[in-house]
Amino acid sequence: MKMEKSMKICGQLSSDEIAGDWGDIRPLNRATLTVRIFLLVLSVLTIYALATIDYQSVGMAKAVADTLHNFKIIFLEPEANRLNLWEAFYEIVITMGLAFLTTLFSGIIALFLGLMAAKNLSPKTVTRVIKGFVAFIRSVPTILWVLIFAVSAGLGSVAAVIGLTFHSISYLTKAFSESFEELDRSVIEALMASGANWWQIVFQAVIPSSVTYLLSWTFLRFEINFANAVAMGAAAGAGGIGFDLFMDSGFYFDLREIGLITYILIAFAMVLEAISTNIKGKIKTRA
Amino acid sequence: MEADIFVKRRKERLIFLALLITLTVGSMIITEYDMMKGFTSIIKALIWGFSHFYPDTKSMRLLPDILISLKETVLMSIAATTVAAVFALLLAVAGSRTTRLNKLSSVVARGIASLFRNIPLVVWAMVLMLVFSQSLLTGYLALFFGSFGFLTRAFMETIDEVSNNSVEALLATGAGYFPIIFQGVLPSCLSQMISWILFMIDTNIRDATLVGLLTGTGIGFSFDFYYKSFNFHAASLVVILIVITVIVVEMISNGIRRVIM
Repeated sequence: MKMEKSMKICGQLSSDEIAGDWGDIRPLNRATLTVRIFLLVLSVLTIYALATIDYQSVGMAKAVADTLHNFKIIFLEPEANRLNLWEAFYEIVITMGLAFLTTLFSGIIALFLGLMAAKNLSPKTVTRVIKGFVAFIRSVPTILWVLIFAVSAGLGSVAAVIGLTFHSISYLTKAFSESFEELDRSVIEALMASGANWWQIVFQAVIPSSVTYLLSWTFLRFEINFANAVAMGAAAGAGGIGFDLFMDSGFYFDLREIGLITYILIAFAMVLEAISTNIKGKIKTRA
Repeated sequence: MEADIFVKRRKERLIFLALLITLTVGSMIITEYDMMKGFTSIIKALIWGFSHFYPDTKSMRLLPDILISLKETVLMSIAATTVAAVFALLLAVAGSRTTRLNKLSSVVARGIASLFRNIPLVVWAMVLMLVFSQSLLTGYLALFFGSFGFLTRAFMETIDEVSNNSVEALLATGAGYFPIIFQGVLPSCLSQMISWILFMIDTNIRDATLVGLLTGTGIGFSFDFYYKSFNFHAASLVVILIVITVIVVEMISNGIRRVIM
């Protein structure tokens, strides 16, 4: 009874919100019902969350004004105080190096795991085991991997690279295996019929045909790894620009330098994006 | 000519390989990454993990506390995503090529989205910390700003991609601006948008751990607290609960996607 009632309510709600007058004309199939229930649950949870959040007597008006003031300092008056520009640049290069090592290691490992996880290339049990393993790794947040490895390796670049690599492997394995699975079954069968062994199939057919995807996923992951490396510097003390950012905001309260670092980070992120678009374009025209 | 292509290809491959090796060695030197230490620490971490990193009976008593902060974190992630989605929708409608008011609104909307998207989550968290201090609000707002930029971009692309035909058809019938948006654009993009929202909730629950660690709230703080006080049994319990949450959320969102797409 309760269920029916809530469904009726949610039907009314979303037919007002989304579908307007169409609500009466369109049949209520499973998809629209799911959408409505989802939106209803989402809004209820949101309202509940916002109502129960602990505001800890933060004066809203003052906080907003202060934040805007901070933003003004950050974006309009960036300045180098503790770091000079050259040092900041070097720190970014360190962060970049962490991201590069991570991407390289995880790319190589994920290539093999991806091959083993692709349904059309490996036995069912193997794909299942690897996919499950990878899903588990992915569900632990990156920062936790880094901290877990920091126990045995100590805080620093080793823990950061290994922790980030772990997470990156799981992401790339999923992406790679999905692009391998797109290969037409008949190609593999034809090669098998002509007596090619597994390695020949992989290197002559599977990898060449999906190399564009592989590279664009890797570049995408490089961008993510760069952002993650910044975060690791801040949260796990792994060095690089993230650590300076953390010190500036947590200890020196130096808004102007945060502004400078933010600008440099944005500039680097944009350069990375431009380079990867460029390379992707080149690969595509050649393929 | 045939042979030349192969020679050229081989040359290109060699150059690529050389570049890769140089970059690798260069980054190892700059970051002071030690290959041997890397390998040995994986093994050490595994041994340590099996001997120390599991929940014991003592840590189970902390379960209620951990569950409360987990609930806070999940609710915060969901609320941040939903509110960000509402704002992102408004901005995306103003900025998308098919539904924009004029060229200026599109440029402004795209600019705002790109600014919010390119500022790293860490920066948001750090900056907001200064004013909102260690409250859930800091984490909430950091996640909100990050999701807002991302979702605006995603929604804009969805609107551009999906709604062209229906908009043209409605325009031909002489429908006005708002009827077109509410009757044509939104219904046709809804399932795509929900898929993006689901993706964002997923990401936000993961990122909430990081934000919580930085801002001292929620599940991230719980982990940090137990970790720094060497209570690894409790820390492992936190990790297990996060894993379960993420997997459950992923399963729910996959289920919803399968039905609506």
